[in-house]
Amino acid sequence: MRSMELKIDQLKVSRVLSIIENNTDEARKIIDKLPQRDYFVIGVTGSPGAGKSSLTDRLACMSAVEKSTAVVAIDPSSPFTGGAFLGDRIRMRRATDYPGIFVRSMASRGNVGGLSPSIYNTVEFLGRSGYDWIYVETVGAGQSETDIANLADIVVLVLAPGLGDDVQTMKAGIMEIGDIFVVNKSDLPGSDQLFSRTRAILELSGKQLPVVRTNSIKGNGIEELHKKIEEILEDYINSGRLSEKRRKRNLYNNLNSAYQIIKEHYAENAKLEELIKYLLENIGR
Amino acid sequence: MKIKVLVAKPGLDGHDRGAKVVAMALRDAGMEVIYTGLRQSPESIVKAALQEDVDVVGLSILSGAHMKICSKVLKLMEDSGIGDKPVFVGGIIPPEDAEELKKAGIFEVFGPGTSLKSIAEKIEKTVKK
Repeated sequence: MRSMELKIDQLKVSRVLSIIENNTDEARKIIDKLPQRDYFVIGVTGSPGAGKSSLTDRLACMSAVEKSTAVVAIDPSSPFTGGAFLGDRIRMRRATDYPGIFVRSMASRGNVGGLSPSIYNTVEFLGRSGYDWIYVETVGAGQSETDIANLADIVVLVLAPGLGDDVQTMKAGIMEIGDIFVVNKSDLPGSDQLFSRTRAILELSGKQLPVVRTNSIKGNGIEELHKKIEEILEDYINSGRLSEKRRKRNLYNNLNSAYQIIKEHYAENAKLEELIKYLLENIGR
Repeated sequence: MKIKVLVAKPGLDGHDRGAKVVAMALRDAGMEVIYTGLRQSPESIVKAALQEDVDVVGLSILSGAHMKICSKVLKLMEDSGIGDKPVFVGGIIPPEDAEELKKAGIFEVFGPGTSLKSIAEKIEKTVKK
């Protein structure tokens, strides 16, 4: 099956991704020319330093045995200079060395939801270009970076010990978007408590969601996690939840693209200024 | 449009402070910098440059193996269809070797004492050409 993956022209994909990242108009035209395909989007999110990149690295290599796999890893842009330091590849040595896996870093470019402005079109392009499993690793998430829930078919929420007591796990926002919970760094002290606490909180909220313990450095628990992801996807397909999620993704893609096109092409337009002025005067009080 | 730069540490020396300082300076100059960490093979550097579609590749080399590493990276880039991307080198490079490297296709060699501002300016000028 690897030979199948290798048929995808990575250089071409890579160059087109730059166009998609910089020109939303053009992005939509390019995507429309490609045939629709079925593909899965797996979101990986969690606090900075929880181990998202290392975990994604392991998961991607596991998926790549049977499916053509791509990884998009997002890191923050500076709100002051617009520059970015993208360091996710450092923790993805296995995936970046794996022949068929395509890994791309992206800067958040002012997007505050944990993703980047062009992520919807990026994912759709990768899917239509032949990738079956697309991992999206968000910016290290705080409490309200929840956009990944609109993009992904399944959200893997990565937790690690040492980042707060159980009040943190009760707060609204990011803890609500996980389809599967991972307690990473299972070798560290506090991991047992975090595991039982996470299960208890999920139970309290009446959710029957799996919690998996992993150690992404040694690779413990990764196989179980990958299997669980597959099971949940299967379950979502059968229950119709997946098609509902995809309908939503399409909606958000359109909304996001429309917003980007306005920003890229009409921000300087006098008519837009007039419209904004009107809206502010009439609704803005 | 944002300038994308790959900053890579090929070879076996473990000193990456220089690479990190340059990477941060380029970030502060408004560029998107991909840093791939220590001990990268020429193959993995070129693969990263290809997948990330960077505008420029920067290599930090302190091990003394710059001649061999650079020619390998340049050749692999050529073979993968990204031979048009400029490659710059930083680190401890003797002046006569620097000349040699530029003849071989390296677009600039930044030795110790080069100001960070001038590196950023040089990259900007080269990419926007």
